[in-house]
Amino acid sequence: MRHLMSPLDFSVEELDQLLDLASDIEKNPGKYAHACDGKKLATCFYEPSTRTRLSFEAAMLNLGGSVLGFASADSSSAAKGESISDTIRVISCYADICAMRHPKEGAALVASQKSGIPVINAGDGGHQHPTQTLTDLMTIRSLKGRLGNLTIGLCGDLKFGRTVHSLINALIRYENVKFILISPEELRIPSYIRDDVLRANHIEFEEVERLEDAMNQLDVLYMTRVQRERFFNEEDYIRLKDYYILTKEKMELAREDMLVLHPLPRVNEISVEVDDDPRAVYFQQAQYGVYVRMALILTLLEITVM
Amino acid sequence: MLNISGIHEGFVLDHIQAGMSLQIYHDLKLDKLDCSVAIIKNAKSSKMGKKDIIKVECPIEALDLDILGFIDHNITVNVIKGDKIVEKKILKLPKQVKNVIKCKNPRCVTSIEQELDQIFLLTDEEKEVYRCKYCEEKYTNPNRRKIKFG
Repeated sequence: MRHLMSPLDFSVEELDQLLDLASDIEKNPGKYAHACDGKKLATCFYEPSTRTRLSFEAAMLNLGGSVLGFASADSSSAAKGESISDTIRVISCYADICAMRHPKEGAALVASQKSGIPVINAGDGGHQHPTQTLTDLMTIRSLKGRLGNLTIGLCGDLKFGRTVHSLINALIRYENVKFILISPEELRIPSYIRDDVLRANHIEFEEVERLEDAMNQLDVLYMTRVQRERFFNEEDYIRLKDYYILTKEKMELAREDMLVLHPLPRVNEISVEVDDDPRAVYFQQAQYGVYVRMALILTLLEITVM
Repeated sequence: MLNISGIHEGFVLDHIQAGMSLQIYHDLKLDKLDCSVAIIKNAKSSKMGKKDIIKVECPIEALDLDILGFIDHNITVNVIKGDKIVEKKILKLPKQVKNVIKCKNPRCVTSIEQELDQIFLLTDEEKEVYRCKYCEEKYTNPNRRKIKFG
């Protein structure tokens, strides 16, 4: 039995297979409409999340399966003091697969150690969020046709943004990927990514402060939100939250085939006027998130559709 | 030099950083063993200037070499049998350590989950970096020595 804790749990070959399956689901949804008939997905969300939970539930429903679960710790037995290990043992009796989000880092790993069913880490605090990375990879691969030979711009909060760290870790496994890291001084990429990941693997990268300086070099621009909850000081948050706003004018500097991705939710780092630009693919990205989660559920349940 | 011939069967931990012997005494749980233990502090050393030594009269299997390797793998372990040094054990950094150190990350699941073992995995042997199995918080051994002995 296999679980998914980190995007690096899959080898490049396994990832290719998963993304191939997700692409086939996109093209032939009807073929998979009953693949999980009679199967149940438990969504155990100890902290609120609209997008990820609904995306998982939509994925299972699209496969013909059913869903059950809870959407906050208050409505679960955690409020009574039950351990994660005990909860997952019980849920293993009710469902066939579980997607778990928990504010504590490593929570899904604890669950997987005691679980009788596959566990998918749907976010464990600021640690890992592998299905977001799979979504990002599928979006890039589907719309660019490749995951290598790309210049990727990562913009915004590169210090605390776990999606950025996971994406870098996943993309360095492909040939000739270059990164342009766009952030204010205070939100630069942490040294353990700069030194232990990028430099250690001889990956080409540069760090810039102005988005305009990088725009015309990029194949993909990955925007992130500056998250209020990461700051101890409200003043710092207010100063940095509007540091980058992607506007129509800035988009004019970009290549015609550049893609704009964003893990969402967006606050105001991408101006609404950019939404109609065909290069803005962040809502398509949410759709790819459903396909990739469908592929993941089938893979972990070892269901093959001929 | 100090005389170790007083031990019939047991071990001598040599080249301990001066001042570290009492911590090692506790970490190895030598206080729980019913055997004679001698702690020598600030002995003269040609290599180290000063060093500590621990001599324990007990069966060698009673010693947890993994924990000792984690604390300081430059310590020399002399195994004594029949009043003689029969082996010098080379300590290695253990691949994992269980319930020796605690994760200090307040956001780590180990801070809330009952009876969960504290497990750290060796992720960089050269830099002697351990990371929490659950949250990957980094732990660098504060006793790490820059110069290796023996």
